[in-house]
Amino acid sequence: MSRHTLSVLVENKPGVLARVAGLFSRRGFNIDSLAVGPTENAAVSRMTIVVNADDLPLEQVTKQLNKLINVLKIVELESAQSVQRELVLIKVRADLTTRSHVLETVQLFRAKVVDVAPDAVTIEATGTTDKLAALIRVLEPFGIAELVQSGLVALGRGSRAITAPTALRSAV
Amino acid sequence: MPDPEAVTGAQSLVRSLEEVGAEVVFGIPGGAILPAYDPLFDSPRVRHILVRHEQGAGHAAEGYAQATGKVGVCMATSGPGATNLVTPIADAYMDSVPIVAITGQVPSGAIGTDAFQEADICGITLPITKHNFLVQSAEDIPRVIAEAFHIASTGRPGPVLVDLPKDILQARTTFDWPPVLDLPGYRPTTRPHGKQVREAAKLMAAARRPVLYVGGGVLKARASDELRTLAEMSGVPVVTTLMARGAFPDSHPQHLGMPGMHGSVAAVTALQKADLLVVLGARFDDRVTGKLSTFAQGATVIHADIDPAEISKNRLADVPIVGNCREVIAELIVALKAEHAAGRQSDLTGWWRQLDRTRETYPLGYDDPPDGALAPQYVISRIGAIAGPEAVYVAGVGQHQMWASQFISYERPYTWLNSGGLGTMGYAVPAAMGAKVGRPEATVWAIDGDGCFQMTNQELATCALENIPIKVAVINNGNLGMVRQWQALFYEGRYSNTGLNTHARRIPDFVKLAEAFGCIGLRCETEGDVDATIEKAMAIDDRPVVVDFVVGQDAMVWPMVPAGTSNDEILAARDVRPVWDEDDV
Repeated sequence: MSRHTLSVLVENKPGVLARVAGLFSRRGFNIDSLAVGPTENAAVSRMTIVVNADDLPLEQVTKQLNKLINVLKIVELESAQSVQRELVLIKVRADLTTRSHVLETVQLFRAKVVDVAPDAVTIEATGTTDKLAALIRVLEPFGIAELVQSGLVALGRGSRAITAPTALRSAV
Repeated sequence: MPDPEAVTGAQSLVRSLEEVGAEVVFGIPGGAILPAYDPLFDSPRVRHILVRHEQGAGHAAEGYAQATGKVGVCMATSGPGATNLVTPIADAYMDSVPIVAITGQVPSGAIGTDAFQEADICGITLPITKHNFLVQSAEDIPRVIAEAFHIASTGRPGPVLVDLPKDILQARTTFDWPPVLDLPGYRPTTRPHGKQVREAAKLMAAARRPVLYVGGGVLKARASDELRTLAEMSGVPVVTTLMARGAFPDSHPQHLGMPGMHGSVAAVTALQKADLLVVLGARFDDRVTGKLSTFAQGATVIHADIDPAEISKNRLADVPIVGNCREVIAELIVALKAEHAAGRQSDLTGWWRQLDRTRETYPLGYDDPPDGALAPQYVISRIGAIAGPEAVYVAGVGQHQMWASQFISYERPYTWLNSGGLGTMGYAVPAAMGAKVGRPEATVWAIDGDGCFQMTNQELATCALENIPIKVAVINNGNLGMVRQWQALFYEGRYSNTGLNTHARRIPDFVKLAEAFGCIGLRCETEGDVDATIEKAMAIDDRPVVVDFVVGQDAMVWPMVPAGTSNDEILAARDVRPVWDEDDV
């Protein structure tokens, strides 16, 4: 199995997320990460879906997804040809003895501190899945009190844009 | 252009149904849908047929759609009314039947409060509809109804549900027709790709053991004439799946019958030994393929279907063709003519010699029950012979369904209706009712089992009151016959909970039941009475007829490929495994 990032343009209508999420679970797929939000066009939302799947089952789920009336377009974004980012907020224990080490780590990862308390700091970081995993690994020894991570968002590199509506079945 | 009419949401709904061409609605009123029933009462163009259970409304809509090719419509109220439609909607989804289900919903403000008779029917039917709508504004009604009919009937057909909150039906709005459809994400591909079609024709011209594997998509595309032309110009053998019976005449010499678990030995063998499968509107269902990894292992696959998701879903297609079967076959005919004109056409004599020998050695047949009981296969074959190829036959699910597929000769499209994919017991009576409403001039026979019949026979009341004179043959073996057959074969004859006592204790008495519903009830228990009983039923056309055919309980459906095994394991009859000659071709 390999990791695939699907960028899915959908009509911005109630219930569309349930249709898409239901289709994945119904066909036996586990969604690793999901991000949904508005696009440059108010009538259109973009879902970025990360799944672990073999090529043939992925093709099948993509075709099924294309059959949903509210789905406008699906493109698979290859990691080399796209910019992929996640955002994470991490609350790390940081008292007087460890705070400078924590802040050093924040600097190294080009993250930033967004909240400070006497015994903790909250760090915001964006980056690829791998970079954020590395940051978390380094911060773990200090004690991570709480962590929240967004779904992955991605755009294809270069000047070409995915817009709707255009021909379907781009991903297969 | 006329000004939009000032109407209520309910009036807008009924006007929309009129404009979209719905002639008949099968339904039951209730609280939330009540506003719609008021203008429906006055509609000069839409006939409402009051059924006795919403499941009956759904199957009637399916029967109407399958018999006529038009969209069937059913209507129910919120909550239990809507949930009773779930089975027929799932059935329509599996068999790609175009129906529109219209349900009432609690008022918008009450949605999500667990109000009386509230059920999230859009959520419930999400996995079993092609699409569904929760209408949020009365002004959207004409557009939503037009979209629902468009989605249901185009591309790969299927069920669409429209959920209408009561306050939307009561709201003041305007009615304007035709509405502009707004479906930017819905563009079914109907024209096949020319290059793929030419590639397919090339393979067909070169194949030595080709088979046309024909599915329900050919009927949906109304492509029977084109199929016949393609079959005859190519000389390729044809098999028709359970959903495609009637797409190609059973009497045609190139027809090998039905493939699959209870298919003919010739049809199953042809697929197994083929070097090329030309798959038209079929989907490699597990009941056709048997154990998938051993299905037609030597065959190259050309797979044409209007649904791209079917292609390479179960079996990898070497030549995928996305398109409407009628257009695909029409283009295939042209491309194949060009191959023949260029002198490329393979000789199928050896292949036909092999297949002819198989069908001569293993014809469909049955043994008379040793206890002298009436053979169900005989009853069904006599119904087919007497009612003829112009009648419409509608089966339930189980042994009688398989026998009805095997022992009636289907010569025309749209004369065989059944629940194939979902296998819904109780389909026959209401679906036959829908078919008869759609084609009142046709004789419609429901061929049902005693188990199935007890699930939905209350629609006989509807048939009697609404002047829908269907004929019902209850193939009464006193048991859940197919389940009993599996118990006989795979559970050492331990008949756990399959006896229905419709023989021993005659509960219910189907003749009295028929009479209670205002139908004529007949009973036939001996072979000598079969023809006379059928003739008697055929002579009655002013009310529904139910015939209780009391048949033996031990008859089994053969041939059979046991579930989960390879088609190579087919048994022509109990303990009879065909022997293959490997010397041909």
